Formats: sequence, C-alpha cells, structure tokens
Amino acid sequence: MATVIETPRDTAPYPDERGRRTRQGRRAPNVLGGLGGWVWLALIILPVYYVVITSLKNQAGFFGSNPLAPPTEPTLVNYRTVLEADFVRYFANSVIVTLGSVIPATAVSFMAAYAVVRGHGRIIASANTLFLLGLAIPLQATIIPIYFMITRASLYDTLLALILPSIAFAIPISVLILSNFLRDVPRELFESMRLDGCSEFTMMWRLALPLVRPAVVTIAIYNALHVWNGFLFPLILTQSPDKRVLPLSLWAFQDEFTVNIPAVLAAVVLSTLPLVVLYALARRQLVSGLTAGFNK
Amino acid sequence: MTTILKPKPGMAVRGPRAEGPSAWMVVPALVFFLTFAVVPLLGVVFLSFTNWNGLGAITWAGLESWRTALTDSVTLNALVVTVKIMVYSLVVQVPISLLLGVFTAGNQRYRALLAVLYFVPLLLSSAAVAIAFKALLDPNFGMGPGLGIPALAQNWLGSEDLVLFVVIFVIAWQFVPFHTLIYQGGVRQIPASFYEAAQIDGAGRVQQFIHITLPQLKYTIITSSTLMVLGSLAYFDLIFILTAGGPGYATRLLPLHMYLTGFRANDMGAASALGVILVVIGLVLALALQRIGGKSRSSSQLEGA
Repeated sequence: MATVIETPRDTAPYPDERGRRTRQGRRAPNVLGGLGGWVWLALIILPVYYVVITSLKNQAGFFGSNPLAPPTEPTLVNYRTVLEADFVRYFANSVIVTLGSVIPATAVSFMAAYAVVRGHGRIIASANTLFLLGLAIPLQATIIPIYFMITRASLYDTLLALILPSIAFAIPISVLILSNFLRDVPRELFESMRLDGCSEFTMMWRLALPLVRPAVVTIAIYNALHVWNGFLFPLILTQSPDKRVLPLSLWAFQDEFTVNIPAVLAAVVLSTLPLVVLYALARRQLVSGLTAGFNK
Repeated sequence: MTTILKPKPGMAVRGPRAEGPSAWMVVPALVFFLTFAVVPLLGVVFLSFTNWNGLGAITWAGLESWRTALTDSVTLNALVVTVKIMVYSLVVQVPISLLLGVFTAGNQRYRALLAVLYFVPLLLSSAAVAIAFKALLDPNFGMGPGLGIPALAQNWLGSEDLVLFVVIFVIAWQFVPFHTLIYQGGVRQIPASFYEAAQIDGAGRVQQFIHITLPQLKYTIITSSTLMVLGSLAYFDLIFILTAGGPGYATRLLPLHMYLTGFRANDMGAASALGVILVVIGLVLALALQRIGGKSRSSSQLEGA
C-alpha cells in the first residue's frame, strides 16, 4: 500500500521506462535540455552562494573584496553577532509556533479527511465544500478581521495569536491532499475490520493512519515550511521583541544592523539551517509526496 | 445523527454499506476553519462598510470606505501592478517550470542531483529571499561588480522601469521550483508506451514533446497556473521587504496596498474594501480557470489548486 505515495520512479508503473531511459543507446543526449538545466542551477545557486560567503566575511572584507569572491579570512564573527542579538529566543518562538500549529493542524485535517472519504451526509459534504472554497480564496485578504478578533480576544502580541489562524489556514490544502491519498485505501480493508467489530476511530487509527503515514508526514512538513517561513501574521499580530519569530527577526535585523550586511545574511543562513537539515533528512518523503499530491 | 447515516438511494445497489464515521470527526477542523477563515471572510465584508482606525470604536460608514478605496488613484495603480505581475509571472514561470519538470522527470543521474538542488529556494522564507536579493542586487556590493559586468550594476530596486521585472524575476526564482515539482509528477504519469509508439513512428524529441507531453500535461498546466494566479494575489512579504511597494508606487500590488492602507494609514475600512476586492478577484479567477479545465474534471482535480 505504501506504494501509492512513493515516487513513480520507484513504483515503476512502466517497467520498461527505466531500461529505456538509462540505456539511451539509440537516442542522442539532449544537449539543449542539459544546458538549460545547468543554467537554471547557476541561477538558483548564485544567490545562495553569495549569501553564504558574505556571511563569512568581516565588514572590511565585505566592503573591500570582490562581492562574489570567497572570503580571504573566513570569520564566524557575524554569527556571533546574530546569536548575541537574541537569535535563540526568536528561534525558540518559531519552533513553538511551528509545532503548535502543525501538530493540531495535521491531526484535525487527518480526521476531517477521513470523514470526507469514508463518511457521508450533509455536514461532512458541506464542510468539504467549504474547505475547497478556502483554496480558491486568498485568505490573506482576511487579515483585518483576524487582527480585530485577536485584539478583542486579548491575544494580541502572544504566540497563540500566530498559532490559531495558522492552523485554520493549513486545513484546506491538508484535507485535500490527505483525502486524495485516503481514497486509495481499498474499501475491503475497512469492511473486514468493521466485521471484526472495530469502531470507526479504531479503523482510522489502526488502519488508515499507518497506510497513509507518508502522506501525513509530507503534509506536516509542507505546513511546517509555511508556518516557519510565515511573515504576515507575525507582522500584524505581534509587536514586542520577545514574541518575534525568525522571519520577522530577519526584517528587524535589517534595521538593527543597517550597513552590517554580512551579519544580516548570517541571520538568513541561521534561520534557514533547520529547514535545510529537515530537507536533507526527509527529502524523498517531501518531494515524492508533493509531486504525487498535486497530480491526483 | 441518524439523518447523516441514512444511506442514500442508489447506494443500496452496492450492497449493505459500511456505516462510516459520524460527522464529529470533521468538527474540529470545521470549527477552526469557521472561526479563523469563514468568520473573518464575512468580517471583511462587514468592516468594509465601517470606519475604524484599528484601535478605537468601529462606526458605521455606509459606502464611505468603498468610495475612498475606489476613488484612490493608488488603488487603480495597484490593480494594474497586480495584473502585470500576475500575467508576467505566468508567462515567465509556466514555460520554465514545464521544461524543468520534463527535464527532471528524466532518469539520468545528474538530473536527479539537479532536482535536489532546484528545491533549495523553497526552503527559504520570503523574508530571507528578499533580504538576499536586496544585497545581491546592490549596485556597489552585489553581483554587478562581483561579475565585473557593468550592465548588472544597475540600481535595480531604485528604478521604476526596472523594479517590476526584478520583482517578477525574484518571484520566479522562489516559486518555479515548486511548480517544477508539480510538472515533474505530471510527466511521470504519462505512460511510456506513448513515447515508444511515437518513436517507432519516427517522431523526434520536439515532436514528442509537442504531440504527447504537452497535451498529456493539460490538467497539470491548469493546476499549476491556477496556483500561480491565486498565488500572485498573495505575494506580500517578498515585495514588502524587497521594495516596500516602491519606488513610488511601482510595485505596490493589491495585497500590499491593503496592508499599507490598513496598518500604516490606519484606515481599516478602506483596507477591508480592498480585501473584499481581493477575495472577489480570487474567486472569479479560480472559477474561470476551472471552466477552462473542463467540467468533466472532478472537484479534487480542480482543487489540486
């Protein structure tokens, strides 16, 4: 069953594909395509390279050397500047907001997706329609009422103020993708569990969840990316430095460090590092889940 | 509850039906979504008929906020900028991500490696991307002098003529990787037998692309384009940090105009009116793109958006 989620490359729905493509005997290599691929890589890597090397330069090196040359004397002084500027607190805030949003969002979305796929009736159907509608509407357009609600609920300038709307905004896409995967679980499996006297909750927990776990992980990472990188909610719903999350802190560093560009870029590197690690660990999962999830 | 579980007519054909989960399972998600998405959606309509500075009391204002929002020449300009960014983004991103998607769907080793690296921009926050490009585009300390090409040492973000294209490039840099992934998945679902048949018929690479790949990717193109179009109604953070809408009003697109009207000019009424406009545009475009996709598609495919 896990095959539903894996890359088509691994499931090899077209067994001859691999052989055909790797043999390549009859076909000339696609020079133009390859060239384009490498050019795009250069475009992708150049800014990343620039950010990393600049973050390792001291101020004098930044103003004195060729901007694209690697630092002559690499230094970590910028990283120290950033860490001393309360970076750890912003980092912790981001972790709290991300976990606090992603875990409940994934849980409620999974339950909803399960109900959408397995259940019937008006409530479930209208909930599903509502979620689908949420995909078509730029939810950012609702920031003013959200600001109003949060201030009236005395949640302004708290981390909870960021968590609550983040959960809501993650639901439409999560329910959509999870229900697409749940539809692939054969009905007979549920049927036999039902005959064994299992409740729906048991079926969801013991049968559906293990079978679509890769999709659940994918959607959790996808949502984590969004919340971790989110800027709009922190901008309008928090104010004090001790409630700052990372993207907002990058923006604040810009003002704080002004001309110390290497320090600002060191903050950029530090704020991205956790996601790079996550990507390195769960790349297959994320990429294959996304490619499959959006093509159903 | 009993009404929910009652089997519909037509279902009896398939034999006794599993009872299925009760509606409570959908309730937690529904409550969150109603509270923080649907209620605010109604709220933005309500607030567009009021006066509010963000702190004090809310007073009924009738159509005043709408008049302010619609007669402001900046609003019209913001609409034009939004449409420009939307259209140019589509024109730039669709071909690039389609070609890259086809490219990375190949099974060559180096392509797999490139695909890993292509993903990197998706890991960066818009704030990080904006800050990185701001430094990179600096005429004195950025890539211009770095590469020694004077043409690249422009005042990219300070020129009204150039800035829009810079913004479109940076948006493409950030979002093409995501769409490449979608296309890659789409291409891999095309049966290899199609290509084999074409090869036997003597079709070349370009012909195969035009006659097999493109038609087969129709729905992927619609899904991805829908996402791009709706996404361009949400570009906020990137442009806010990169240009703050400037120079002048050159990159002040609708979401940014809404934010600045509400939270900088403290006119929440007019900002809400702009929010309503955003919602309406989003809905109209989503429905229009669904039409193009054809009615036979299931709702799940449409909303692959």
